[in-house]
Amino acid sequence: MRRVFVNEEWCLACHLCEYNCAFANSGMDDMVLALKGKPIFPRIHVEGDERISYAVSCRHCTDPICVKSCIAGALSKDGDVIRVDRNVCVGCLTCVLVCPYGALAPGPDGVMQKCELCLENSCGEPACVKGCPNRAIVYEERGERA
Amino acid sequence: MRSYAIVGNGVAAVGCIEGIRSVDADGPITIISEETHETYCRPLISYLLEGKTDTERMRYRDADFFDRMGCTVLYGSRAARIASDGTAVVLESGETVHCDALCIATGSSPFVPRFEGIETVPKRFSFMTLDDALALDGALEASSRVLIVGAGLIGLKCAEGICGRVASVTVCDLADRVLSSILDAECAMLMQRNLEQNGIRFMLGDSVSRFEGSRAVMLHGDSVDFDLVVLAVGVRANTGLIADIGGEVGRGIVVDDRMQTSIPGIYAAGDCTEGNDISLGQRRVIAILPNAYLQGHAAGVNMAGGDEVFDKAIPMNSIGFFGLHAMTAGTYTGEVYEEVNGTSVKRLFWENNLLKGFILIGSNERAGIYTSLIRERTPLSSIDFELLKTSATTTAFPREQRRKKFGGVV
Ligand SMILES: Cc1cc2nc3c(=O)[nH]c(=O)nc-3n(C[C@H](O)[C@H](O)[C@H](O)COP(=O)(O)OP(=O)(O)OC[C@H]3O[C@@H](n4cnc5c(N)ncnc54)[C@H](O)[C@@H]3O)c2cc1C
Ligand code: SF4
Ligand code: SF4
Repeated sequence: MRRVFVNEEWCLACHLCEYNCAFANSGMDDMVLALKGKPIFPRIHVEGDERISYAVSCRHCTDPICVKSCIAGALSKDGDVIRVDRNVCVGCLTCVLVCPYGALAPGPDGVMQKCELCLENSCGEPACVKGCPNRAIVYEERGERA
Repeated sequence: MRSYAIVGNGVAAVGCIEGIRSVDADGPITIISEETHETYCRPLISYLLEGKTDTERMRYRDADFFDRMGCTVLYGSRAARIASDGTAVVLESGETVHCDALCIATGSSPFVPRFEGIETVPKRFSFMTLDDALALDGALEASSRVLIVGAGLIGLKCAEGICGRVASVTVCDLADRVLSSILDAECAMLMQRNLEQNGIRFMLGDSVSRFEGSRAVMLHGDSVDFDLVVLAVGVRANTGLIADIGGEVGRGIVVDDRMQTSIPGIYAAGDCTEGNDISLGQRRVIAILPNAYLQGHAAGVNMAGGDEVFDKAIPMNSIGFFGLHAMTAGTYTGEVYEEVNGTSVKRLFWENNLLKGFILIGSNERAGIYTSLIRERTPLSSIDFELLKTSATTTAFPREQRRKKFGGVV
């Protein structure tokens, strides 16, 4: 399966991926109306310090501890994509407690949201990758674990 | 063809079924389920009372699950005993279920101390099952004064779930603080204040001495008039089936890292067990949903002839009330790093180069990075622990490890 991978040497810490993510998942078609002057809740975030930076989003783990830990059955493996059913989630944050990558966080409503690779929104492929000016994140197939 | 039986129909049982099917696609599986509902998310019963979910959304798996998995579920039937070699389960109805491999996933039951006069209370409830929640739901009225005995996770979740629907909620506990099994006094006080601000009244360090109908006389002499009482004092693992045939039982059924009981061929998983807590280095009951699933899965794989070890169990909880979350994990021993800041607390505990446990109140972004350090027993000398203390971030890992995490398939 294709996943989002990081080339941390190339990340500029410009945070464009965060804005593109928030916009792609806003359901709106004007970026200014969707984002300007509002706190954003992207499903990817840039981490690092003054030396290094990189963008973290869900790894779509082959053995997802979040799915096994969700107290509501809201997280599931759909093919190889790890999804959250926001209609079922109760916002307990158990998934935040267990995800080893710090890859998911609740939205403004307290309900969990996570990267689903833009397969369900109108973008159709990860908007973060599409908008990255330096190919510091890529969407591709890499060696699967057995 | 190998046949399987599972006693219990909770999350551990579902883990077990999925574990079996990851190895054996065909062997018939019989589930013996005392409860008459399809597997539901037990932790959601308080959210049901609060109106944040409903019985349909509370399902743990979709409606076709048992069919698809080739399971026969015997609803409303209770296992009375098992054969000492694990090849048969005798039901209370007298019927016998034969199997080649058996898993005990019986969970726990509310523990009700002998309160004097308890039989005189007209409306009393437990809070463990969907039926308990539905019964309570039917009894609540806008004018109800509710007394909850027990300020642990279950009692407080119940309090949160109902407090918007009734006239008053009073919670008492013999312990001097709320959530005493997972929080220290300072953190407990933060959670208690938040609960109080949302209208819940506490009587701590005090409990019921005797009931007189709809009045509770407390140990310290006060009395509380109520319309209904919820008993949430504690739970006990359902270990009887194994104890009765001489298997090793402590507070839970003793299991090894492959979820085998002391009796070869009989497995156990979930709240009924006592397995190794790697943060403590000792066996203990870890009655949480993730553990139930993970243990069940390992049991299932091993029952079907595969080989799965689950040796990363630690206690861990994320529990929120009215928007304030407490996250806890592991064991609170060794040196402590702390940040206290208004309603936000961080305490990290470490010993012998390993993170052992933590408590986070309020702020909890990326807390799973801490949890995974405990579960994976990551040597703290291999990472930038000073950075990690102030911020849960993967920047604290060496570049090579980060390349594996974010540049490879994990
Ligand atoms: C109100 C509440 C809130 C909770 N909140 C959380 C939370 O936030 N996070 C968390 O991680 N955990 C939470 N838990 C704990 C979590 O629900 C349990 O850890 C989990 O459900 C255990 O699953 P299990 O399959 O081991 O046992 P159970 O779900 O208890 O299933 C065992 C089943 O076996 C049946 N059974 C027992 N004996 C027999 C027999 N002899 N024959 C046939 N059937 C039998 C029982 O009827 C029961 O249906 C909460 C629990 C409660 C009650
Ligand atoms: S949320 Fe975390 S644990 Fe779950 S699949 Fe994504 S990276 Fe893995
Ligand atoms: S916050 Fe939602 S998705 Fe995460 S564990 Fe809780 S119910 Fe599941």
